[in-house]
Amino acid sequence: MKKIRIGSGAGYAGDRIEPAVELMEKGNLDYIIFECLAERTIAIGQQDKLKDPSKGYNQLLEARMNKILKLAKDNHIKVITNMGAANPLAAVEKTAEIAKDLGISGLKIAAVTGDDILPQIDKYYDNTVLELGCKLGDIKASVLSTNVYLGCEGILEALENGADIIITGRVSDPALSIAPLVHEFGWNIDENPDEMGQAVLVGHLLECAGQVTGGYYADPGYKDVPDLDRLGFPLIEIDETGHFVVTKVEGSGGIVCEDTCKEQMIYEIHNPKAYMTPDAIADFSQVTFTQQGKDVVAAANATSHGKPETLKVSIGYRDCFIGEGEISYGGTNAMNRAKLAADIVEKRLKLIGCEMEEFRVDYIGFNSLYKTDISSRYAPEIFPEIRLRISGRTKDKANASLIANEVEALYTNGPAGGAGATKKVSEIVSICSIFVPRDIVDIQLSYKEV
Amino acid sequence: MKLKEVAHSRTGDKGDISNISLIAYKPEDYPMLKEKVTPEIVKAYFGEICKGDVVRYDIDSLCAMNFVLDQTLGGGVTRSLALDKHGKALGMALLEMEI
Repeated sequence: MKKIRIGSGAGYAGDRIEPAVELMEKGNLDYIIFECLAERTIAIGQQDKLKDPSKGYNQLLEARMNKILKLAKDNHIKVITNMGAANPLAAVEKTAEIAKDLGISGLKIAAVTGDDILPQIDKYYDNTVLELGCKLGDIKASVLSTNVYLGCEGILEALENGADIIITGRVSDPALSIAPLVHEFGWNIDENPDEMGQAVLVGHLLECAGQVTGGYYADPGYKDVPDLDRLGFPLIEIDETGHFVVTKVEGSGGIVCEDTCKEQMIYEIHNPKAYMTPDAIADFSQVTFTQQGKDVVAAANATSHGKPETLKVSIGYRDCFIGEGEISYGGTNAMNRAKLAADIVEKRLKLIGCEMEEFRVDYIGFNSLYKTDISSRYAPEIFPEIRLRISGRTKDKANASLIANEVEALYTNGPAGGAGATKKVSEIVSICSIFVPRDIVDIQLSYKEV
Repeated sequence: MKLKEVAHSRTGDKGDISNISLIAYKPEDYPMLKEKVTPEIVKAYFGEICKGDVVRYDIDSLCAMNFVLDQTLGGGVTRSLALDKHGKALGMALLEMEI
């Protein structure tokens, strides 16, 4: 029976490169995916592209391509990635240039575009913004990027046209894995609901790379993971019935067990009966995982119920500024001095007329993660040290700077022994979303051969 | 007994929503978890953090539950003032719950 092996080479934009190289060397892979787009990445990439039309793609694209192109060519592994971010065309140009520099020829590199609907976004100004409740038109002056979460169609077309390296902008994370499965096995949502459910499960388990092989899992004494320092990235082997196993290459660190698979399956899916992706509404509610050997887990019983009528558009917009600062206090009375410092800063900000929309005080080491109710249940009586963190949201940079500066000024103007002050002022690009009919999307392919 | 003795957890995020799993180490503990760790109890436990509804989805085939907590991440991952903007550490707090 025909079997396909897909590896996962990255679970986020800045992920480690060595495990991807290890997978491509030893994994006997047919495909490798690199998932590199967080929610805000495209909005930030769009700003880079405005400054320089040859930029706007993933910052590690060059480093990754330098390490993997020869392996892709020599071991016949097709590469599928959303590293194109705001500029897949420029990413393809750069990749072709790297291939030439490395003396590699005979590669067809594809760009999938059409996710960026900024030129026609005014058609959707009457759409309601999911997170803000207002009309999109109300924030039009702040909008930086508008990208539709595409399904697997564009990548599929590129594969059918013989592309070896496929670079996209915004696509759903599972689409990177669904496309090669649909290409190889010819599945479709109407005739193969079970197989398409399994395909989404493959994509979901692979999209965070090391998170299914022991990353984000280890808890010494509770959940031990061997050789986490050499964490291997996952690969799946799947057959035409949709049955698959999750595993990793021999000799790599980490663990693939039923519990790592369970944690990753449930991760960020919300309703397990209706996990929404552009290619399928997946149902993971009956899924089972079975350990078949050391670091080999079989997954079964995912299904799907059609696909959504609408697609989500991720909108990046200029939102606000955040000013923040931190300073540490130590010794027996550390908490009381930190509380005095927080009180001083709050009063001084009022005194100088700082305009804020939101203000927050955290005592790192006590309540910065869980606030006070939960933290108090298991807090010690005396803290050997406390790090005060003060942050505030403002409309402009000047007011944000006032907050950051007042924390730093605690050195000479605050309680005794204030130590290690830091400050930061950031412009915040936020993400909101609207939904559009899926037939408005016009996916385009372009190719470059080296 | 703390939940941590019988279950493990992983936390994810989407916008202002936190997604916290609770997975029984042993199948025999799962019915007890379903009975004790109700959405109402989880909502009350995270009362200072979670400003919206809590929905629990059961995945019996994995002896696991998924808690979806609305309005929990300080207005959303991209604009939260919190140090832990994603709420990545929230699952570990759930495991500290006494049952």
